[in-house]
Amino acid sequence: MPVASSEKIFVKGNEAVAMAALEAGCRCYFGYPITPQSDIPEYLSRELPGLGGEFLQAESEIGAINMLLGASATGVRAMTSSSGPGISLKQEGISYMAGSELPGVIVDIMRQGPGLGGIDASQADYFQATRGGGHGGYRIIVLAPNSVQEMYDLTMLAFDLSDIYRMPAMVLADSVIGQMKESIVANPRPAVALPDKDWVVRGRKDGTPQNIVKSLKLGDGEMEKFHWMMHARYQELADKENRWEEVQTDDAELIVTAFGSTSRIARTAVAMAREAGLKVGLMRPITLFPFPKTAYAKLSERCKLFLDIELSTGQMVDDVRLSVARDADVLFYGRPPGTGSLPTPEELFEQIKKNYQARS
Amino acid sequence: MRYDVFFAGYGGQGVLLAGNLLSYAAIHEGKNVSFFPSYGVEKRGGAAMCTVVFADGDTGSPVVGNPSVAVLLNQLSFDKFASHVKQGGICIINSSLVDTTGVALPGVEVVPVPMNQIALEMGDVRMVNMIACGAYIEKSGALQESSLGAALKKALPERNHKLIPANIKAIEAGILAARG
Repeated sequence: MPVASSEKIFVKGNEAVAMAALEAGCRCYFGYPITPQSDIPEYLSRELPGLGGEFLQAESEIGAINMLLGASATGVRAMTSSSGPGISLKQEGISYMAGSELPGVIVDIMRQGPGLGGIDASQADYFQATRGGGHGGYRIIVLAPNSVQEMYDLTMLAFDLSDIYRMPAMVLADSVIGQMKESIVANPRPAVALPDKDWVVRGRKDGTPQNIVKSLKLGDGEMEKFHWMMHARYQELADKENRWEEVQTDDAELIVTAFGSTSRIARTAVAMAREAGLKVGLMRPITLFPFPKTAYAKLSERCKLFLDIELSTGQMVDDVRLSVARDADVLFYGRPPGTGSLPTPEELFEQIKKNYQARS
Repeated sequence: MRYDVFFAGYGGQGVLLAGNLLSYAAIHEGKNVSFFPSYGVEKRGGAAMCTVVFADGDTGSPVVGNPSVAVLLNQLSFDKFASHVKQGGICIINSSLVDTTGVALPGVEVVPVPMNQIALEMGDVRMVNMIACGAYIEKSGALQESSLGAALKKALPERNHKLIPANIKAIEAGILAARG
């Protein structure tokens, strides 16, 4: 089935991820079912075989991430997806991919935790995603869609960034964005200049040099050199790839900040505040790693009051505090994830009003 | 204009299909739509809810705290959500299964429709959700009946298209019942 079309279609966020993966040329998927992301493997299990691709339900999440590592080492575009408990299991493999400089897309549709938790939306895996959840000191690219259209667009972008920067890229959403249905345009894959994959695993046959893809680095100074090289690459990523959205921040005296599902709820709360005559804006990071630090710094030159909203007891708020000017205040309002814990626009509007009126 | 409607009932009553149908009808009328479902881990019998927001412009939050219209299909959802309806809003209830004795909803128009009874009289209790959709468009004026007819082709899988005439009849029955 051809994916790209200019006609609007009404699909789930998870389906949009799967469609974008196919359009991006992903022909290998490895995964293990878990709510609330199972629509992704369901879609791909139906469509991939007909496209000459490989769909494999692995024996576990650990199996799936190592299959992703193996497929990526051969140079093909490959993907896995899961949610909290499964993403935790994948961390070892993600660390090995980072150590081997391998691209690959990992989709995390967050649910409640810790442990088995529950199936409702959560943003409490922000730290796990943005700090590189495995061992060894690495980062991965993290993109945070807040609509079904962005689930499509950012999945496609994840494949490109992952190939360009040779590191795993994660699409980080939650069950609200994954299960929600909206109209989207399934755009064709954009033309992006991609580097040659001259590093793919290869033997000495036909006189070509051997390529070994590995994360074991035992040579004198080899590992230190690798770390400084990756450090520079993360910096390049931060310089070039920051993405964010601002809504009515120009004259704002209070800027609400949130990512993913909560940014959608916050957006309506900000509109309610504007209707009530309050000068309130919204700052939404789209890339969580790299975090758009310079954009926050710029905003905080003028606006000195930020209100960070998350479906957790506070994680991204740390990055916001590290990014804004020293004389800016960053307040926090959170709802830890769970059934019945989704904040409403009315509730966020009350928080905005309270803090706006209390500002000095 | 931005419309929002909250549907709730138990799994099996067709809450999610009703939400999908209204979504496709809104798309048919050129609107932007957000359909946000929420349900328990149970395959059937658990709580099922959905919110549909549609607008000419940005749909904004898929989550609505105080809906302008709520369609509540069983007692549990009435007890839990009726008090959330916005002042000046509408609360459509399935009066076959919901007892409102002793509950006052000041500032909210309560519209009782005996959905199960009407559906049974039509010979198919599964039509409850269609009757509910009919009642919704009648009271809210948000969507045209013809759009729902067109939407049925999209919301129902091809194998069930033979049921479209019966569904349209149920929607009409819902419209008439809500008109009172």
